[in-house]
Amino acid sequence: MQKYFFILISLFFFTQDLLAQGKVKVYDDYEAFKDLLQTESDSTYVINFWATWCKPCVAELPYFEDLHDHFQHEKVKVILVSLDFKRKIETKLKPFIKKNSLKSEVVVMADPKMNDWIGQVDDDWSGTIPATLVFNKAYYSFTEGEFDSADQLKDLVKQFLN
Amino acid sequence: MKLIIFFLSLSFLFINPLPNDGGGYNVGDKVEDFKLMNVDGEYVSLANYKDAKGFVITFTCNHCPYSVMYEDRLIELHKKYAPQGYPVVAINPNDPEVQPMDSYDEMIVRAKEKAFPFAYLMDEGQKVGTAFGAKKTPHIFLVDSDMVVQYIGAIDDSARDAREVKERYLENAIVALQEGKSPDPSYTKAIGCSVKSKNSKGRGAVMKKKKRAPSEKSIIKSDH
Repeated sequence: MQKYFFILISLFFFTQDLLAQGKVKVYDDYEAFKDLLQTESDSTYVINFWATWCKPCVAELPYFEDLHDHFQHEKVKVILVSLDFKRKIETKLKPFIKKNSLKSEVVVMADPKMNDWIGQVDDDWSGTIPATLVFNKAYYSFTEGEFDSADQLKDLVKQFLN
Repeated sequence: MKLIIFFLSLSFLFINPLPNDGGGYNVGDKVEDFKLMNVDGEYVSLANYKDAKGFVITFTCNHCPYSVMYEDRLIELHKKYAPQGYPVVAINPNDPEVQPMDSYDEMIVRAKEKAFPFAYLMDEGQKVGTAFGAKKTPHIFLVDSDMVVQYIGAIDDSARDAREVKERYLENAIVALQEGKSPDPSYTKAIGCSVKSKNSKGRGAVMKKKKRAPSEKSIIKSDH
């Protein structure tokens, strides 16, 4: 009896945990995260590093959201990699996603070993955000800093579609 | 002759590196002294520090959460190492017109709140931050007694939680200098807020696509 009780309790906490995470996947480890930065498919990926506390990042999020409509007939996938702190996921990040009705997939990169993984994303990245990686299976580009306009980002993505 | 000049200038175009990171100091470069206004209303230059054996030049600011997380650790570092000849010199590299939380008045407020024991300087015109190549806050440049940069990067390996620190990069670098050694690592990377200036948009952007080396991203690179 005690055993079942124990299983029930752990099941309860497990489900709570899943619910709490919602749709935002959290990566604690770069080893798991780095699969997002590679592809063998025909899609083009736009990976934007941002955080709710980063003003210029938030200002350019609409550029990334625009890509969904603009490239709706193309294979373009946008992933917004949030660098928000784990304890702010529920209080800051999720309300932000809801309030702005973000269409892009949002994941959280929470590996604290920044000195180890920043250079692996791109050698040239000093670690400032926003930063954006665009790639397909053959090409990639890395941008540190914000884009001047939505069109500048679109033009960059377009280069990958030919 | 004209043709030669033409080709010479052409080759110069190619040899000259593209505006990659806006320049700035690398490890091994000698820094130029500066004169900036401190939160107490006095101008400060590195030459004012008569007993210094080096400087922990720290680009930091009010608004950036990563800067805020390091305030207490910077205070501790200064209290420990200023008496040994390595004071912290904090510089706010941001343009307050772009980020009003980093105005001179707000700096004074924050310095009082936290009772900063070190100088907290306003980089008017963003000249010193540009000269150093400060890209973000916080961004540390450890300088030795010859004013040569010996370490660039982060304070430690755990911005988010001081209790989780395993590598004290900056402190190790100071100790290395005290022992007459070169810091290792001499460069580290960390997430930070970009320096706010009026022309920061698209700065350093690599807009051209490059051929992808498929294995490149999976190789574990060294920390530089």
